Amino acid sequence: MSTHLVGQRIKRLEDPDLLSGRGQFVDDLQIPHLLHAAFLRSPLAHARIRSIDTSAAAGMPGVHAVWTATDLPAVMHGRRMLLQVPNPAIRHPITQEPLATDEVNFVGEAVAVVVADSRHLAEDACERIHVDYEALPVSADCESALKPGAGMAHAGIDGNIAAQFTLDFGDIESAFRNAAHVIQDRYFQHRGTANPMEGRGVVAAFDPISNHFTVWSATQSPFVIRRCLVDMFQVEESAIRVVAPKDVGGGFGPKGMYYPEEVVVPALARELGRPIKWIEDRREHFLSTTQERDQIWDVSIAVDADGKILGLRGRLAHDAGAYLPWGIITPYISTTTIAGPYIVPAFKFDTTVIFTNKPPTTPLRGAGRPQAVFAMERTMDLVADTLGIDRAEIRRRNLIPADAMPYKMGLIFRDGAPVIYDSGDYPKCQSMAMDAAGYDGFSARQEAARKQGRYIGIGIANAVEGTGLGPFEGATIKIAPSGRVVLQTGAAPQGQAHHTTLAQLCAQELNVPIERVDIVTGDTNAVSLGVGTFASRIAVNAGSSVRLASQTVRGKLFKLAAAVLQVGEEDLEMEDGDIRITGEQGDSVSFSDLAKMMNGVPGFKLPDGIEAGLEATSYFQPSQAAYANGCHVAEVEVDTETGAVAILRYIVAHDCGNLINPMIVDGQVQGGVAHGIGNALLEQLHFDGDANPLTTTFAEYLLPTAELVPNVKILHLESPTPNNPLGVKGAGEGGTLPAAAVIAAAIEDALSPFQIRFRDAPILPHQIMAALSNSADRP
Amino acid sequence: MTEPDIHEVTLTVNGKTYCESVEARWSLADFLRHKLGLTGTHLGCEHGVCGACTVLLDGHSVRGCLTLAVQANGCAVETVEGLAPSETELNPLQQAFWDNHGLQCGFCTPGILMTLTEFLRDNSDPSESEVREALSGNICRCTGYQGIVDAALAAAAAMRQSD
Repeated sequence: MSTHLVGQRIKRLEDPDLLSGRGQFVDDLQIPHLLHAAFLRSPLAHARIRSIDTSAAAGMPGVHAVWTATDLPAVMHGRRMLLQVPNPAIRHPITQEPLATDEVNFVGEAVAVVVADSRHLAEDACERIHVDYEALPVSADCESALKPGAGMAHAGIDGNIAAQFTLDFGDIESAFRNAAHVIQDRYFQHRGTANPMEGRGVVAAFDPISNHFTVWSATQSPFVIRRCLVDMFQVEESAIRVVAPKDVGGGFGPKGMYYPEEVVVPALARELGRPIKWIEDRREHFLSTTQERDQIWDVSIAVDADGKILGLRGRLAHDAGAYLPWGIITPYISTTTIAGPYIVPAFKFDTTVIFTNKPPTTPLRGAGRPQAVFAMERTMDLVADTLGIDRAEIRRRNLIPADAMPYKMGLIFRDGAPVIYDSGDYPKCQSMAMDAAGYDGFSARQEAARKQGRYIGIGIANAVEGTGLGPFEGATIKIAPSGRVVLQTGAAPQGQAHHTTLAQLCAQELNVPIERVDIVTGDTNAVSLGVGTFASRIAVNAGSSVRLASQTVRGKLFKLAAAVLQVGEEDLEMEDGDIRITGEQGDSVSFSDLAKMMNGVPGFKLPDGIEAGLEATSYFQPSQAAYANGCHVAEVEVDTETGAVAILRYIVAHDCGNLINPMIVDGQVQGGVAHGIGNALLEQLHFDGDANPLTTTFAEYLLPTAELVPNVKILHLESPTPNNPLGVKGAGEGGTLPAAAVIAAAIEDALSPFQIRFRDAPILPHQIMAALSNSADRP
Repeated sequence: MTEPDIHEVTLTVNGKTYCESVEARWSLADFLRHKLGLTGTHLGCEHGVCGACTVLLDGHSVRGCLTLAVQANGCAVETVEGLAPSETELNPLQQAFWDNHGLQCGFCTPGILMTLTEFLRDNSDPSESEVREALSGNICRCTGYQGIVDAALAAAAAMRQSD
């Protein structure tokens, strides 16, 4: 094969359009006769709706409809959004209503909707809707929610516990009984938001002739939305086409959910007979899009005299927010992640999922793992400091060695399969990162800096991540009559370059230039089944399906060409869209000829033994998650006058198996680290005691900028997983996982003369200053 | 209800003259996107922080979300659609973004390109820290900025060579 595309830093197919202003984001879709929707949202975290008066709004010029819950189609009355990932541990499987009927449970919950000639008019009309609320007691945070006398997040439900489960293995009691040291502490990672630069958005149209909806959504998961719409409208799948436009402006998890707007806008489009658009504004993103982190960890670790782990136990309190749109996936992933890359002989964690009157929490870049990594890595630092052992050394002593792979950790993962780390060399990964960081020489650098009055510190943290979760993601490959290759998949990109990566895999198998492949992504009409872009799963699932389907088409092309050219398949070679007889001049047949032939001549039979259609569909199903891992080392400087933190160096040694396009993987890691830096140093959603959000703009909720995020030095170790034909593991989230932990550790190390310990993230300048001023050794 | 406050505006966008009527409350970004169909300019926050809507007004960068369309009356506007020399080519800055993986989802990219267009006109040989400072008013959630910074430096070098 002469085309070698896989493993190369191929420039992205997506870029020229995006760089020229020719992107096609949902708000860019030009559809005639479009109307615009705006939603009225609850101003209270918990309240009963006594009455809603829409008459003034409905009478305004340019207003086409004002709906409350009672105006929704009858089939939706009493119906809540579908809970797509049930779990027996869930006590109260409550999801949101498309529009709240008589109770609102967080600030920002949709209560009414206006459709008007313009968004401006629709928002004007929202202001004229009068809602009479009766404020109810509030469950404000997951700590106070379980105390006696706490407000209930939902009226009519006794207690705020949404779910509870225990995961364990080994003899935990004996581990703690026989420990030389038992060390415990409490850790908290605060709520953040995804904040993709493009918010959510929906355009819906209804065709009354075919009774068919088309819904364009800035989503990660068109099939998840279709499943929800099928349930809400009680129609067949064939009646609903959901399309993620060619361009979606970032996702990071929350766009993988399904939202009331995605139900209400199609319902209005059918009723009004006009296409309707709703585009989320930034304030709505802060109020109504799902959020994450917000976990309190109580971690207790038993170690022997050498610092080797004997047992790990504790409690996790997870703030679910008001609803469980994605069940308890996030806290379940958290609990199964905390043991990480270390040998943990005994384990027991009790996890409690708690309702509060805040936006629901669902997976956000890392999906519960960054909190678990933060809790574990901070614990390892504490063990090191307590025992007087270097922080890297304590990790080295406990890392699972390469010769123990595959390593059965002891728990069942969220995919239902046992956690089996399939491949990797964790000690080597750590030493690669340490070498690149000059870890061993750091204490001399630190000493020199201190003499100049500068406080620099180093941190190290490891993580293991279950990626590439099933059940499947499909791909169809076909040869068009033009001879071009068509690649169709339900997988939807939001910047990860699916077009480029998948085209690389396909073009390599068919030995054509990558530009010869036409790609359709994110369309429920492209393949029959699909799941979505989350859990770092597309390279594994869709990538493998593309390879398998391409191989099948390759086999069909050879078989057909052999019949046409009257030679054996072994005498043929494929190049640049032609199949020719090896070593001979002239005798060849093109993809185009073969595709036209396979379209059939009406009434005539195909050659013997040839199956109709130059196409194949594959749904690769991984047997279990593929476990990626990484080690991060960060060097920071803390300004003890202001509490400002500068990241001087950041090293990632990462193992996500084989790399399809190293440039794109590096971009994912760098971007993931940036997100983690936000979690470490900036991003915190503040609420008052009544769960009113106080951070609803980018002036109040800060995102990392170019001046904060350093160039990350990225090293790859490529340990192919045996769990898929590509040997790849997911790469989209790994960069985020250890970032908050490693920066907290580095800050702590920089301030080690002052004996300060950081247990929460983010670590904000005023917290550093407060800790310094409380320190007995303050500067 | 008061009647909509409609104004006539005449302006050039990427060298082409437009004469349109627009409500006083319409932002320049909404006007470009929804009146003129120039959807390359994106709105990320509509409160002036993220920089996705950055366009040049008489050569200077402005937030398209905080500038009213009526304020652009009589002005020359430059947007991302006007950067490339033709439909099949890219200018050196765009090319550098392609070469250096300077974008992922591409939503913030038009604003960043316009910010850097102004910056590189004023500073043809910037340092990395100057580039980072210039970019500090544009938020990118995907890339972690490395590719953007590399692209800006590469574009500056390419443009110096071609001068």
